[in-house]
Parts: sequence; C-alpha cells; structure tokens
Amino acid sequence: MYVAVKGGEAAIANAHRLLADRRRGDRSLPAISIAQIVAQLGLAVDRVMAEASLYDRSLAALAVTQARGDMIEAIFILRAYRTTLPRFGYAQPVDTADMKIERRVSATYKDLPGGQLLGPTFDYTHRLLDPSLLEDGPVDEPEQKDVGDAVTMRVSEILAGEGLIEPDGMLPEDHVPGDITREPLEFPLNRDLRLQALARGDEGFLLALAYSTQRGYARTHPFAGEIRIGEVEVEMDIPELGFAVSLGRIRVTECQMVNQFSGSAKQPPQFTRGYGLVFGQSERKAMAMALVDRALRAQEFGEDIVAPAQDEEFVISHSDNVQATGFVEHLKLPHYVDFQAELDLVRRMRREHVAAKSQGPKPDMKEAAE
Amino acid sequence: MDAIKQNQIEPEKSERHRCMRLLAQATVEEMRAALQSVQPAPEVFAVRGPETGLVMVRGRIGGGGDPFNLGEATVTRATVRLGTGEIGHGQMLGTEKEKARLAAVFDALWQRPEQRGVVEALVLAVEERIAAQDRLEAEQTAATRVDFFTMVRGEN
Repeated sequence: MYVAVKGGEAAIANAHRLLADRRRGDRSLPAISIAQIVAQLGLAVDRVMAEASLYDRSLAALAVTQARGDMIEAIFILRAYRTTLPRFGYAQPVDTADMKIERRVSATYKDLPGGQLLGPTFDYTHRLLDPSLLEDGPVDEPEQKDVGDAVTMRVSEILAGEGLIEPDGMLPEDHVPGDITREPLEFPLNRDLRLQALARGDEGFLLALAYSTQRGYARTHPFAGEIRIGEVEVEMDIPELGFAVSLGRIRVTECQMVNQFSGSAKQPPQFTRGYGLVFGQSERKAMAMALVDRALRAQEFGEDIVAPAQDEEFVISHSDNVQATGFVEHLKLPHYVDFQAELDLVRRMRREHVAAKSQGPKPDMKEAAE
Repeated sequence: MDAIKQNQIEPEKSERHRCMRLLAQATVEEMRAALQSVQPAPEVFAVRGPETGLVMVRGRIGGGGDPFNLGEATVTRATVRLGTGEIGHGQMLGTEKEKARLAAVFDALWQRPEQRGVVEALVLAVEERIAAQDRLEAEQTAATRVDFFTMVRGEN
C-alpha cells in the first residue's frame, strides 16, 4: 500500500519567505550589488562558472547572492538555469597559445621565452589577515613596465623540440568530440569526455584526488610545466555568413603538467603530460585537473591501476558536485514510508532472534545461516 | 567563381569579419551614440531575436591537440533587416539583448556604402578602447615579471 501525504504548503511558503529575509539580512546595511560581487569576489564567481559549466559572470554573481554565498547551491542554480536556454552551437576551440596573458609561471624552466609573469597571485603573500581592509582605504595603482616583444612560448613546445615530451593529445581521426551534456556517460571514456567532466568537476574533490597521487596513491612524478591565466577569444561559425565570428573573450586558466616517462621498444622514453583547462582564474583547480587527467591515463601507458585517482568510473562518476549534492541531500526529504517498512523489518527480526534464543541453538540452522 | 571576383570578395569578408568582432565588444552606449549620427535614422525590422542561448566552448587536449568540450557560455544574437533590405547579424557573449540588436543594425548599415563610414568610425573607436585597455593590463603584468639574478658565495 502506498499512502500519499499532503500538507506543508504553508510551512514551505513561510520557510522560503524566511529564507529571503535571512538572505537579505540586516536591512540597515546596503545590499551587495551584482556588479560588486563580479568586481570584488571575482574568484568566487569564477568557481561558480567553472563548476556550473556556464560562463556568464553576472549570472554567476546573481547565483552567489541568491545562494547566500553557498557555492554548491550557486552552482546548482546556474546549472539549472542553463537547461532553460537553447543551444546555438559549438564554438571553435579556443587558442590558448594566443592568450592575452595575465599570469604565466613555469616550475621547470627559470629563463623561458616570455619569462615568469607572476600576475595577481596570492603566492608569496604571508596569509596574514589584513586589518587595513576593514576600512575602505585607498589602494595603490599597479606598477607598469614595458611589455617587450618576447613571444610567450609554451613549455611543451620547448621540450617537443627535442622530442623529449609526448605530443598534444590526439584522438582517432574522424573522432567527434563527445558531449556529456548531450549523451549519457558510458565507460570507458575517451580523454575528451574525461576532460569535459573534470573541467566541471568539484574543486575540492579533484584537489583531494590530485593530492592523493602526490602522496603515493598512483604516483605520476609531476612538474608544473606551465600555468597560464588570461583571456582567449571565442569564435563561432555563423552559417548565414559562411565564416566564424568572434563573440568576445573569456578568461581561462590552463595547466600543463609534465610527468615522468613512458617509453616502449618502438619509442624512446619521453615525458608524459596531464592537462587542465578551467573557466576563470583558478589555478588550484587547473593543476588538480591536470594531475587527475594524467592519473586517469594509467591504462593508456600500461600502468597498474592501484589507486582511486586512476579509476575512471570512480573519479568521473563522483566529480560532479551537483549530482553528488542531489543524492546526498535527498536523504533529508521524507522517507516516512520506507522507514516504516524498515521499522517493521527490524521488529520482526528482533522477535525471531528472541524466539530462536529461547529454543536454544540448533546446529542445522546455524550451519545454514553461515 | 573567377579569381578576380574572389579577390574582391575576400577582403570584403575579412573587413566585415573585423567589424563584427569589434561590434561584439562594443558597449550599448557606444553604439547608441553612433546611431545618433546616422541620418536619416534607419528603418529597422526584427528578423530573428534578440534571443539568448548557449554555445559550447571548446578547448584542445594539451593546448593544441584534438578538441574537447570545455563548458557553455551565454550568447545573445539578433538578426535585423533595414528598410533598404540589408540583413545584419549581431552576436556576442552575455545576455544583453539590446547590445545584440544594435550590433545587428550596424552590421546591416556597414553593407550600405553611404553608411559604412559611421560604422567604421564606431569600430575604430572600440578597437582603440580595447587596445588601450589591453596595453595597460599587459604593462601591469609585465611589471610582475621576475628578473632572476644569481648570488655568488665565497671566494672563486
């Protein structure tokens, strides 16, 4: 028998009204504008865009406010919004070699063409709370220097010159890039699908997995070959015109991880690679993505699969925080009927247990139970 | 198509390409101000949109390898027809409908030789604004370039 239970409409309506009140908070304080969130909490906005898999700063900032700063809730809201929009098409792949660079560092070469550009980084700060921010005091304008004309060459290109590193990832000819927003996941995945899933994956989950590879669970001996942050142009074919048109620019973070060798009878040893590309400024996520990308290529390199970070089905099935939160959080929704059934079951088992005990041990039954 | 005709079309195409690229980065204010100087004010009919949708942005494996789907971005596009018959398309990242409509109007106006000057002045101004901003940011980044020096310790 299934009994539907109704009721709770008034409680729900009032709860949402209370939520709206608490979200706004103290009315004597000015409300935060979307423009302020975009400008001053930009990295929170970037994280929401990356994990919602939707690039739109204003909408991501709106989601952050609506979610009272709860990042996964904001990601959920933005992810839900994208389902309401039609898909116009696929853009041309962005060209990260042509990036308008805001930061670029390499841990493998000190003097590389284009140099080490620190950009707006938290690195080398002392992580001390800054009480001066309690006042809205003046902030110095950044220093400026001549740009020079050095081309910011990729580190992978430098190594590729000597054949010391595997080339950029290639898939079989005539392979059409898979799209996890259009087709259900079917394991094993190609690397393109894995990268799409990792690009929207939860930063904390990927960070923990990446860390596990460093601690010995699928060691890949990584070096941060290059990290670059900056804007790239997005171009899309316009069928009416017969050529691709620029739609504007987006900021992305790219990480090229250089990992230890692979070689075979046919091929001399060379460095292998992991790749990370993420919407917005998020090098922690891009680095974690690159480490996990490399770990997930274990099979391709004939490495033993011994650790969670190498298990494609485990990693990709659990990297999406919207899915994860949906399933974990659904547990708080009414399960009254399920629980009644379990209660009945445990009571019956206890009755049987007592009955069995009072009759004394029966050797046959014990054997059967084993 | 014979070679001479092809040679005339290609620069035309690339010029329109440049205009559309810059119109995608023009602000509503810039376009509204430029539209003031189009006399008589053009008659504009909506053909499609403005409408907001998504494009799937792609990256390349390893930076230069085969493409993969990175994530979507919001895009707003519009198609308009002028009273004189030209069809214009406007499209850019984001959700600003008026921006897409105005960009489409300028794409259509660009096809009218007598209005091309206005459109070119507009996109030139946009180009200069972006170039100045890019230069400023590149110089600010350049100031964070590490100048390594080697410290020598001890005698010889």
